[in-house]
Amino acid sequence: MFHYTYDGSFEGLLTVVFEAYERKAWPTTIEPEHLAQPSMFGETVQVTTDEEKANRVWQGLKKRLSASALESLYYTYLWEQSGFERLIFDYARLVFDSPESVEGNYTAPFILQVQQIHKQVHREKHRMEAFVRFQKTADGLYYASIAPDFNVLPLIVRHFEKRYADQRWAIYDSSRRYGAYYDLQHTAFVQLENPALSPKQQGRLQTDQFDENETRYQMLWQVYFDHVNIPERKNPKLHLRHIPKRYWKYLSEKQPRLL
Amino acid sequence: MNDKIIGKLKILADAAKYDVSCSSSGGKRKNENKGLGNAEGMGICHSYTEDGRCVSLLKILLTNFCIYDCAYCVTRKSNDVQRAAFTVQEVVDLTINFYRRNYIEGLFLSSGIFKDADYTMERLVRVARKLRQEEKFNGYIHLKTIPGASEELIKEAGLYADRLSVNIELPSEQSLQSLAPEKNYAEILMPMDSIKNQLVQAKEEVKLFKAAPKFAPAGQSTQLIVGATSESDRQILQLSDQLYKGYSLKRVYYSGYVPVSTDSRLSIITEPPIIRENRIYQADWLMRFYGFDVKEILDEANPNLDLDIDPKLGWALRNRHFFPLEINTADYEMILRVPGIGVKSAKKIVSARRFAPLHFDHLRQMGVVLKRAKYFITCQTKSLQRQDFDSEQLRRRILFGEGSVRSALLTQQLDLFRKVG
Ligand code: SF4
Repeated sequence: MFHYTYDGSFEGLLTVVFEAYERKAWPTTIEPEHLAQPSMFGETVQVTTDEEKANRVWQGLKKRLSASALESLYYTYLWEQSGFERLIFDYARLVFDSPESVEGNYTAPFILQVQQIHKQVHREKHRMEAFVRFQKTADGLYYASIAPDFNVLPLIVRHFEKRYADQRWAIYDSSRRYGAYYDLQHTAFVQLENPALSPKQQGRLQTDQFDENETRYQMLWQVYFDHVNIPERKNPKLHLRHIPKRYWKYLSEKQPRLL
Repeated sequence: MNDKIIGKLKILADAAKYDVSCSSSGGKRKNENKGLGNAEGMGICHSYTEDGRCVSLLKILLTNFCIYDCAYCVTRKSNDVQRAAFTVQEVVDLTINFYRRNYIEGLFLSSGIFKDADYTMERLVRVARKLRQEEKFNGYIHLKTIPGASEELIKEAGLYADRLSVNIELPSEQSLQSLAPEKNYAEILMPMDSIKNQLVQAKEEVKLFKAAPKFAPAGQSTQLIVGATSESDRQILQLSDQLYKGYSLKRVYYSGYVPVSTDSRLSIITEPPIIRENRIYQADWLMRFYGFDVKEILDEANPNLDLDIDPKLGWALRNRHFFPLEINTADYEMILRVPGIGVKSAKKIVSARRFAPLHFDHLRQMGVVLKRAKYFITCQTKSLQRQDFDSEQLRRRILFGEGSVRSALLTQQLDLFRKVG
């Protein structure tokens, strides 16, 4: 029995795959160091992230998998739900051990699961691209805070870079406590933790930091939202299916009316 | 706070909302000038109205003053409503500021006709030009062409817009004559034809030299009103079929008529025909993505869609001789025709069966919904049903039997009827 631990990074996880093959010692468990419980049985293998080794595993996968399957593996990492390490490992192992391509073999349960995770994470990514609402600050920054179900911030950055190339913006993940900041040239990942604030306030803008027109445009947007609606066609079930309640917190049109 | 803008926005959003198209997909405009926005690829719904429709564009009229008197339209001259008009700059400001906050994908601008067609069209074009040239805006722009506007203006509109639309609204010439006497089919179809020719020409030019100006890269669309006049579903879908084929339209939208008018020229309805509209959309999908011919969906004997079941199931029940289908060997095109199996499931099936012969359990794990499909397929010659049913029995089993729930739409409509009755 082998218990692998790693530093929680994607590269770290790929290094685990490398080490397991190197030792021909297949993991019973894979856990991030800070969560791992000492085990009475079996051997614990502490893996140190090694970019070189991680890269060799990645290149090996790249040779045998399509871009979309590689993406599925990365998305599974960002999914963060318990057991994701195991899934990635099993998937990689099947890929390396099969003489033929395993892609699209949905009769294998974990290939199907990785594909379903891909879909879930993709949907959350898409939702964040849709539901982010920037608020303009007095110094011209467009700021939004999110708390996605999965760790999709790294996935949405490109979309916003392309779209808002001529404005400074920042998106802050308040549940994972990090953000992306675009300064008109590059996007950097930043921690802007303010220990004075409670987790709920963390990353939330106060109205006195607003640009002078910010409230006005939020109000106009609410007015617009109320007036595109056709009351004769009201369909609350369909409405909720499209925007589940847990997303309402982002949406200025779902906040109390300013007017 | 500028109350004037709020007042205008209320009136001009209200007046625009019956145009159901809100698509922002199919654009090809990239942000290459470090400007604002990007309209590549799939459009995004940034919100949903309480009636469950996608909110993707700022959809407004430039003005709801109109010299015409189309019976079905809230904006018609004889209707007693508040009138308003935006200035070009006001529309530009709203669009840019909504876009920068990630509220919208872009603008859908239409208008009542004030003075004459060209005067109105020229203003719509001016908004688009300003957005593109002064604001370096690369977001999505959909312009509605004003019936009777000159070809030059439509041509210029196409240079700035991602999509142009020409609304036909009424599905036959007779209805048009009685409800919109100022309009006629020839006049509506002319700009459609000219847009089609421009689209073809622009494509040819791009083949020759890459930097050739783009013309409405997301194509053209139109809208038909359902239920205000007496056309059958067959007439409506035949018209759509001609439009898709003859004018290479990207989309035909169907708008279940919301009784906004008590004009005596209209048929009397109290509820928007939501289920009918939904069935027509399903049939439209079958034509565009499932390889169905309009003749397979409706014919002389069946001029209207069955409101209780979707048109694909309807077709399958009329064509039992194609079934049951063996999932492990059937062509992809035929799998697509199985009730309850959509494009995604069909693709998964075709992919997975290369690795192993499929059982029903495989299908379930892959998320293929078998509730309806099971009556029409076999897996390795095995079937999930023990006995044969005729089409009428099947229809009843699928609709009411085995604890099957009715569609949410149907329940909703029934509730409405109950309230009325
Ligand atoms: S021309 Fe257009 S806006 Fe004017 S009444 Fe007819 S449909 Fe309405």
